[in-house]
Amino acid sequence: MNGFLAVFRRLEGPQTVGRGPAFWIVFAIALAIACAYPLISDGYTVGNTVYFFIWVFIALSLCLIWGYGGSLSFGQTAFFGIAGYSYGILTLNFGSAYGFTWMALLLAIAIAALFALVLGYFMFFGRIAGVFLGIVTLAVTLMLERFMAQTAGPEWHIGVARLNGFNGMSAMPPLTIPWPGGDIVLFADVGLYYAVLGLLVVVYLGLRILMNSAFGNVIVAIRENPERAEMLGYDVRKYQLITFVIGAALAGLSGVLYTVWGQYITPSSMGMTAAALPLIWVAVGGRSDLTSTLIGTLVVLAAFQALTIYGSQYALVFMGMLLVLTVLIAPNGLVLGVMNLISRLAARRSNGGA
Amino acid sequence: MSLLELHGLNKHFGGLHVTNAVDLALEAGEIHCLIGPNGAGKSTLFRLILGEHHPGSGDILFDGENITALKSFARIHRGLSVKFQVPGVFKGLSVRQNLEIALQRQHRGVELSGEIDRLLAFLNLEADQMQTAGNLSHGQKQWLEIGMAISLKPRLLLLDEPTAGMSPEETHLTGEMVQRLNAEGMTVLAIEHDMAFVRQVAQRVTVLHLGQVFAQGSIEEIVADERVAAIYLGQAHA
Repeated sequence: MNGFLAVFRRLEGPQTVGRGPAFWIVFAIALAIACAYPLISDGYTVGNTVYFFIWVFIALSLCLIWGYGGSLSFGQTAFFGIAGYSYGILTLNFGSAYGFTWMALLLAIAIAALFALVLGYFMFFGRIAGVFLGIVTLAVTLMLERFMAQTAGPEWHIGVARLNGFNGMSAMPPLTIPWPGGDIVLFADVGLYYAVLGLLVVVYLGLRILMNSAFGNVIVAIRENPERAEMLGYDVRKYQLITFVIGAALAGLSGVLYTVWGQYITPSSMGMTAAALPLIWVAVGGRSDLTSTLIGTLVVLAAFQALTIYGSQYALVFMGMLLVLTVLIAPNGLVLGVMNLISRLAARRSNGGA
Repeated sequence: MSLLELHGLNKHFGGLHVTNAVDLALEAGEIHCLIGPNGAGKSTLFRLILGEHHPGSGDILFDGENITALKSFARIHRGLSVKFQVPGVFKGLSVRQNLEIALQRQHRGVELSGEIDRLLAFLNLEADQMQTAGNLSHGQKQWLEIGMAISLKPRLLLLDEPTAGMSPEETHLTGEMVQRLNAEGMTVLAIEHDMAFVRQVAQRVTVLHLGQVFAQGSIEEIVADERVAAIYLGQAHA
C-alpha cells in the first residue's frame, strides 16, 4: 500500500513543472472540459480534435528522448510509419472480430519498439551521439519513405494487404470494443475521442511518474553530463536505449491512432516534412517538460490548421518562422517560458502573503 | 596487499607516447599523490584506470581482479570512484538532486533522503540544496563533486586536482576531509599541483614525467631529490 502511494507521489517532482493543489485543480478542470467537449460540439469538430490529440503522443516521445534525454531523434516518424503500416497489415489480414483491433494496436507498437531496439542498440552501443544521432535517425525515416513509395506493384503485398506505393494503404478497420449483441465501433468522432483522451491522460500521468522516478533522474543526469553519470556507476548506453525504445513505442501509438482515425497511411507520413514538424511543436512548446510539450503541440497544431485555410505552403513557412523565433527569443520554448513566469508570479504572491 | 596494480601500461595517441610502460602499485589504505609537470600523463593515467581510455598494452588489476577490459560503470561497481579535474556536476539540476542521483543506486525512499541530508551537512551545502548546481561557486562545485564521488563509498577514490581554485583554508579543509575518509579505510590516489596539500596528506608520492614513473617515495625523499626539482624547473637543468 505504501509502495502504491509512493508511485503517486512521483506525479510531482523536480523533472516536471506544476505541483500542489493549484496545478491539479487546473488539470481537473481542463480534463472535465475535455470530457464535456463532445456534448457541446459536433461530430466533425470532435473528429478534428481527435486528430490533434493523436499527434501529442509522438510529441511526448520526442520530449522524452530529446528534451529529457538530450538525444535529438529526427526519426520518430519512422516508428510512427512502421506502427501505422503494421496495424494496416495485421487488421487487413486478420480482420477486426473479437476486439482483435486492440491486439493489432499492441502488436504494431511492439513491432515499432522492436525496430527501435535493434536500431538503438547499434547507435547507443556504437556510441553515436549528438548531431550524428539526428542524421542517422533522419536517414532511416527517409529511407523507409523511399522504400514504401516504390511498393506500387502487385508483387508488394503481405498476405492480402497491398502496400500500394505512394498512395499508401487504406480501408483498415477502426478500433472496436467487443460487446454482447454487436461490437462497439470507435468511429473517428465521439467514440474514438474518449478512447484517445483516456490514453492521453494515462500516458501523460505515466510519463510524469517515470520522469520523477530514479530512472528519470538518470535520464536527465545523462543529458547534463554523460561522463559523470557513467562514473556514478550507470550504464549510460542501457538507459539511453530504454528511453529510445519507450519513445518509439509512443511514436508508434501515434502512428496506429492516426491510421485508425483516417483509415489510411501513406509513405509521406515518414517524409521530410512529417519528420520536421514534431520537432517544431516540441521546440516551440518547451522540450524539457511534458506539460509544455502537450500544450505547445495542441496550440501549434490548431494554429497550423487555421493557417492552412489560406494555403498550406504559407502555413509551412510560418512554422519555420515560428521555430526561428523560438530559438532566438525563448530557446527553452515559448509555452514553458510562460509557465515558468506564472509559477514565479504565484510563488512571489504566496511569499508576499506569508 | 596491493589494491590497485598497473603493469606496463602503454597508451599512445598517434606518435605521442602519453604513458610509457607505467608500473604502479597502490597499497590498500594509503593516500598516494601523483605529481609531475603538465603533460606528464597524469590525467591520461586516471582515464586508463577508469576505463575511459583503453591501453595499447598492459594490465590493470583491482583487488587482484584484472579489470582492463571492463567498462567504466562496471569498474565503479567494483569500488572505484572519481572526482574530475573540471568539476563534473549536473549543472542544470539542483544540488540536492545531484546528490540524489549519486546515492539512489544504493539507497531508497526515506533512507535515501536521510543520506542526502547527512551528505549535505557534511559538505556544508544545506543552505544551497535547492540551488541549481551551475550557480554554485567554483569551490562549492568542487565540494559537491567530491561529495558525489565519496557517496558511492568507494574502496579507491581518485581525485584529479581536488583543490584547484580553492583558497588556502579550503585546501586545508579538503586535506582534512581526505585524511578523515582515509582513516575510515578509503584508499586515495590524488593528482595535485598544490604542494601544501601534498605535504599535508600524502603518505607516498609518485612523480610522473614524459609518461613514465620518474621517482617514488615519501614526500621528504621527493622534495630532496634534485632530479625532480630539475624536471619541474625545465629541461635546461636536466
